[in-house]
Formats: sequence, C-alpha cells, structure tokens
Amino acid sequence: MTARRALIGLAAVLLVALPLWVPGNYDISVGSEILIYAIFALSVDLLIGFAGLVSLGHAGLFSLAGYTLAVCLGAGFGQPAAIALALAVALAGTAVFAALSLRTTGVGFIMITLALGQIMWGLAYRWVGLTGGDNGISVSARPAPFGISLAVPSHFYEATLIVFAGAVFAYRVFVESPFGASLRGTRDQPRRMTALGYNVWMIRFSAFMVSGLLAAIAGILFVFRAEFISPPTAALTASAEPVLMAISGGSGTILGPIVGAALVELVKNVASAYISRWNMLLGGTFVVIVMFMPEGLVPGTMRLLRRRFGARPPAPVVAAGTAERKPPP
Amino acid sequence: MWTILAINSVTFGGLLFLLSAGFSLIFGLMRVPNLTHGSMFMLGGYIGGSLIASWHLPFWLAALVAAAAVAAFGGVMERFLLRRLAGSVLAQVLVTLGVAFMVSDFSLMVWGGDPLSVDAPRALAGGTRALGVFFPTYRIAVILIAVAVAAILWAMLDRTRLGAMIRAGVDDPEMARVVGIRVSRLFTIVFCLGAGLAGFGGVMGAPILSVYPGLDFAMLPLALVVVILGGAGSLPGSLVGSIVIGFIYNFGLVMVPQLAYFILFLPMVLVLVLRPQGLFGRAAP
Amino acid sequence: MTALAIRGLRKSFGGLRVTQGVDLAVAPGERRLIIGPNGAGKTTLFNLIAGDLRADSGSVALFGTEIAGLPARRRAHLGLARTYQIITLFPKDTLLRNVTLSLLGLSGLRWNPFVRLDRQHALIAQARHALGRVGLADMADRPLAETSYGERRRVEIAMALAQSPRVLLLDEPFAGLSIDERRDVAALLAEVPREITIVMIEHDMDVALEFADRISVMHFGAVVVDGTRAEVVADPRTREIYLGE
Ligand SMILES: Nc1ncnc2c1ncn2[C@@H]1O[C@H](COP(=O)(O)OP(=O)(O)OP(=O)(O)O)[C@@H](O)[C@H]1O
Ligand SMILES: [Mg+2]
Repeated sequence: MTARRALIGLAAVLLVALPLWVPGNYDISVGSEILIYAIFALSVDLLIGFAGLVSLGHAGLFSLAGYTLAVCLGAGFGQPAAIALALAVALAGTAVFAALSLRTTGVGFIMITLALGQIMWGLAYRWVGLTGGDNGISVSARPAPFGISLAVPSHFYEATLIVFAGAVFAYRVFVESPFGASLRGTRDQPRRMTALGYNVWMIRFSAFMVSGLLAAIAGILFVFRAEFISPPTAALTASAEPVLMAISGGSGTILGPIVGAALVELVKNVASAYISRWNMLLGGTFVVIVMFMPEGLVPGTMRLLRRRFGARPPAPVVAAGTAERKPPP
Repeated sequence: MWTILAINSVTFGGLLFLLSAGFSLIFGLMRVPNLTHGSMFMLGGYIGGSLIASWHLPFWLAALVAAAAVAAFGGVMERFLLRRLAGSVLAQVLVTLGVAFMVSDFSLMVWGGDPLSVDAPRALAGGTRALGVFFPTYRIAVILIAVAVAAILWAMLDRTRLGAMIRAGVDDPEMARVVGIRVSRLFTIVFCLGAGLAGFGGVMGAPILSVYPGLDFAMLPLALVVVILGGAGSLPGSLVGSIVIGFIYNFGLVMVPQLAYFILFLPMVLVLVLRPQGLFGRAAP
Repeated sequence: MTALAIRGLRKSFGGLRVTQGVDLAVAPGERRLIIGPNGAGKTTLFNLIAGDLRADSGSVALFGTEIAGLPARRRAHLGLARTYQIITLFPKDTLLRNVTLSLLGLSGLRWNPFVRLDRQHALIAQARHALGRVGLADMADRPLAETSYGERRRVEIAMALAQSPRVLLLDEPFAGLSIDERRDVAALLAEVPREITIVMIEHDMDVALEFADRISVMHFGAVVVDGTRAEVVADPRTREIYLGE
C-alpha cells in the first residue's frame, strides 16, 4: 500500500512538473490533450467497466458540450456563462441519450448509442447555419481565471491537470461508494439486483448522467485547447477512440483508461508524423486488443505482477460478454 | 417534382433494403450488429466501379463479381475473426468496428479521396416520359431489382431447407443447436450472404450516390435505423423500414436540408419509445 | 390476516398456459411446502409472486397489500425475499460483498455516491452476522468463485435472511446438496424465527416433510391438493400425480 502511495505521489509530481521536463510548447499541449482524453475515456468506461454498457455515441455528448461552448462564445456570452450553458445542454442531451438507449442493454444499447452519436455528427455537419458545417467554429479566447491567462500552454496544462485531478478523485470516490457497488451489481446480475430491491434502470440512468457530465467536461476542455471544433469531433471514430482507450488500458479500473488514453494519444501523435493512416492503426489495434488482450494492459500487467507475488487475478471485462452467466447446477 | 421525389425515395429505399436485409439477418441470427456492413456496401461500390471503369466489364457482371468478392471478404471475417470470439458478442461487435476503420483507410489508400462515379448500364440510361412525368429507367430498375431480391430472399427463407434452418436459428439459437442444425456453418453462410447483398447494393447504388470516402459510415447508421425500425431478423421489417427511411431522407433533404439527417432518426426514436422490439420484431421474452 | 394470499393467478408463455388459476393462502409464521412434478409451474409461481414475471391476471397480496402490479424491487421493500433454483449470485465478488449488496438493496445508502462502502462498518457487521447465521463467517472474504455449490446455496439463504423479510420464498434449497449439507441447511432453516413466513419448493421429501406445516401439490399450473402433511400424503390425487403416471 505504501509502495502504491509512493508511486501515485511520484506520478503526481511528474505530472505537475511536466512543463519543466518536456521539451516544448507542442509537447506540453500533447500533455493537455492526453489529460482531456483520459477524462473522456473514464467517462466512457464508467459505462463499459462499471455498468456493462458499451456506448459508441459518446463523441455526440463530448461534441454537444464543445459545440454549445463554441456557439455561445461566438454569440458573445462570457466564459462562465458559456461553460455553464455547455454543461447544461450536454446534460440535457445526456438525459435524452440515456432515456432512449436504456430501453435496451447489450447489443441494442450499442446500436442505439451509435445511431444517436451519428445524429449529433449529422447535425454538426449539416446544420451549417449553427455549426459552420465542414468549416467548424473557431474559438478565439481561452478563459483567464484569477487573472492567469490560459493562452500560455503550460498554464493551460496546469489548469487541465487540476480539472483532471478533481475528476479522478471524484471518480474514485464514486466507484468505491455504495452507489458504485450498486452499479457493478447491475452489470453482473441485473435481475437479481431488482429482486434485492434496487431500481436497476434508475441506477443505470444516474451512471449515464455522471458519464455524460465527464464527457461534457472533456469536450469543453477540448474546445479550449484546440480553440476549434468541427464535425470529425462528433464522428464515429471519435466515439470509438475512448472505447479503445478504456479496453486497451483496462476496463473497470481507474488507471486503465488513463494509461489507454496516454498510449492512444501518443501513438496517434507519433504515428501522424510518419503515416497518415490513423484509421488503419486504430482499427488494427482494436482487432488485436480484443482478440489477444481483452482484459487490457493494466489488469494484464497487474496479473503478471500478482502472479509473481501470489494473489488473485481480476476477471476480464470485455471477454465476459453481455450474456448473463449461469453457474453450473 | 413530388413524383420524382417519390421515385427517388423508393429507389433509395430499395438500396437500403439491399443493405439492411443482410444486416438484419446477421443480427437476427448471430446477435451481432455487423458494424462493417456500411464498409461492405462501399467496398462493393468501389470494386464494381473499378471493374467497370478500368476493366471494362459489363455492369451486371461487375456487380456479380463485386458481390462475390465482398461475400468472400465477409466469409473470411466470420471464419477468422468472429468465430474465435464466439460467445462474446461485445468483443465481436468491437472487432467488426475495428475492421470497418481498416476498410475505410484501405479504400482511401487504393481509390483515393475523389468520388468514383459509375455510369448506369447503357441500356438503362435515360428515361421515359409518361403521364407528364419523367421516369428515370435506372432508378426504376433498381426498385424492381430490390423487389426481386426481396422475393428471392423471402422464397429462400420460406421454402428452402436452408431458409428453415435460418428461421429456426433466428427464433431460438439454442434450440437450433439442440436439434442438430450446424449453427457455425449457418453463421458463415448467412454472413457471406449478408455481405454479398451489401456489396451488390453498393454497385447498384454507385450510379446514383457515386462512391466516396465516408460512404461506409454514412450508410451504416441507416442500416441500424432500418433494423431498429423493422426489428431484427425480420425481412418485411427491413423492407418497410427501408422504404420509410427512403422517403424521410429524400423528402427531408428537399424540405429541411440542414436537418435531413436529424429527422431521419425521428422514427427510430418513436419506435424505441413506443415499441422497443421494432415494428415487426417479436416482443422479447 | 394472511401473510400471502394468491387468487386466480394466471400466466401463459405464448400459447403455453403455465399458471392456470392458482389459489393459495399462507398464514403468518407458517412453513408451507410446495411440491409437484417437473414443469408443474412451481418456479413460475415464485417468479409471479416475487415480480420477476408479470401475471396475466389474478391477485397477490402480501399481508393485505396488493402487490401483483408492483415491480419486483417494490415487493422486496415490502418484505418479500427469495432464493433461486438456479443459483444467482455475484460471482466476481466475495461472500461478504454478496450479502452486503443484499442489505444495501433495502437501505437508503444504496444511492449514496459520496462515501466509501468499505467504511460502512455497521452495514458490513450486519453482513458478517448474516453469514454467521449460515455458518460461513470464516469464509466471508473469500471470492464466491472459490466456494462449493453447497456453500453458495447457503450464501443465497444468507442474502435472503439478511433482508429480514416477512415472507421468504425458497426454490429447491436442497437441490444438488450432499446428505451432510442437506442436514446443515435443514438445521439452519429450522432456526429461522417464526416472524418470517416461509414458502418452500422442494422435491426432497425426507428433509422437506418434517419442515412443513402444510403442503400444496401443484400439477399443470394449478394447486390440486392443499392441506396438512397427513391430509396431503393420504390424498389419492397426490399418489396419482406422483405414482400413477
Ligand atoms: N420464460 C419462459 N418461457 C416459456 N416457457 C417457460 C418459461 N418459464 C417456464 N416455462 C415453462 O413453464 C413450465 C413450468 O416451468 P417451471 O419452471 O415453473 O416448472 P417447475 O415446476 O419449477 O419445474 P422443476 O421442478 O423442473 O423446477 C415448463 O414447461 C417450462 O418449460
Ligand atoms: Mg422449478
């Protein structure tokens, strides 16, 4: 436990001091991007890893917050008002997403979230009057809380880190709370949970709302970082990326999606310098991870470590599938 | 104006039927929403288009070859990827998604970023004017072909042994296995069939839609919506869903162009709220 | 007042009429045994009472409160608990977590996202106590996956008892157990206080008969014979159902 504390402390120091040890502004900006995607991946994994619901439409919520922010700023709203509106609109959108997609679970849920995500993409792309269509919307100003201009990359990075740390802390409390336990129960044995007195639908709906809030926070940070938003932000690829991050890093853990986000973003940035085939790489990684490492990197490594020190492995999340398990008679 | 719009709607519905009938069968039988289905449609269009443009194959021959090629691709995918993940639907879905991304990039690499336009077969170019309305021959032909395919599929499902097995599998996969149907071979056949239909649809659609990067992920949600509307594994459901979506899409494009894509999904939302198992699907047990 | 009053309960699956007008009245504190051949509709009856399935028609009253229209979770809060013929537990969790989830289900705490579950000492002590009642106290921290079938049966019972139900439905609690395990489970059921009314489905007459105050025999989705142990054993229809066919 103390070793773990020490590692977390070291990671925290390295993260806070990142602007000092990475070479340039571009790399600091990549650091911010990783943190933002880590929040997004955690958002998606709250549903995959803890509720057993795979959403392929979360980019819709991410970009709903982003577009609302951009549109509001463009319309002359102040920063706080624009942020508040972006969160509110994204949460309203999340409620609609959740109400519709929670009509089913399993594969039906995937299909409906995918379709809903495509609606958001379609709106971003076609509703030119509001979204600028293919040209997207530029955002000129980053906020300056307490007079500190976030236009400076290292300032923006530290601000993002604060939000990220808050999100991770809240996430941890959430998944270890009684509500988190209830949520996991609905993932493993929904019918049993109902018989025990739980309102399974409401538990899932609430989790979806929390997930939507995280996606919205990530979307808002994303727009501030890129100072731009356009339809690809809402595309199916953009929904698939956080899913890949979560399952490659290790679904159902906290560290997993963060590590996954870092890996995917680093690969993306490095790869884009050499090849333009990001989709090929993304798709290939998906296939390889699902086929050969369904439990993800973090639990996989943990298992190897634990085997050395003799303790139990955690169960893989993705490989378990959506079927209800029946113990042998 | 309205008549031509109606014809276009039915034509588009016919294309959607070619796309979604296979999707629905695969989904009904294997419970896997094949997220590569839009890619198969696009791949069919590209292969068919290239065969016509570069190899000067006759249109219909090119369509059959393209359909066969895509069917083979589907078979390989089912055998070597999905089969290994049997029992974990979630993993299978993610693999179909991964392959879809790979196909999209592969196509960009091979066929480039410019749309590939394909001419309709010469015999079907132009149109006829009757009762003061212009009927474009090729579009009418697409409608007839979709109807013919629907009839053939229906006859196959209703009259043949293979069809009986597929129906049994859709109704109750467990039971089908128990009574000795070789479900695994059935899966491969149905996956090939669905892929082939999508590929064929892609060639049929090429003269109307042209083939371009992104066609895959433009078509995929339409297949999803049709199946959510029509119910999984239901052929009449696919047909009705396709026509409905064809009308909404085409009329939407003319009447509210900025929101055409949005209103496309409204019937899906309605169906989900009122009848989650789809218009023609059976209630879940 | 009757603990459980069922009137004219019906359910069909497609054309298959599985429950065809069941009438049943169980007094408070009673131990009721339900027997009947395979496929008689016993489990379906439990599913209808507990709300896992919705009845097509008929009424179910729990201490006078009509519950047939309520979702299963509301019925749990009104004091109905059950075990499953096919054991249904949380395989990835420890025994303690399984029972804690059961307690949490009836506690307002289940909605709380701000505190740590493993710091809820009162709740966890209660869960340990419930495991102690079924003799599994020292295995509390073992994952369910590492337990035997008989131990899982007892976890099911511990989860049901932990909720302090007014009516407890046990679906074949002895099925698949060894003779020793049967004796253990029978002993622990005998110790359940009479505030809890028990309805039990069981094929094993040796253990079940001495447990029961009254017995109902089900056949083709209806209760055919209903009475005290002696009455039911003596009734020719019981013999016909069990021996005649
Ligand atoms: N969900 C369902 N759909 C269709 N038929 C069902 C369903 N559940 C039960 N049945 C049928 O209802 C009948 C009664 O089943 P039930 O499980 O209630 O019997 P049982 O009396 O508990 O039998 P056993 O002693 O074998 O446990 C059986 O014929 C069964 O096949
Ligand atoms: Mg039974």
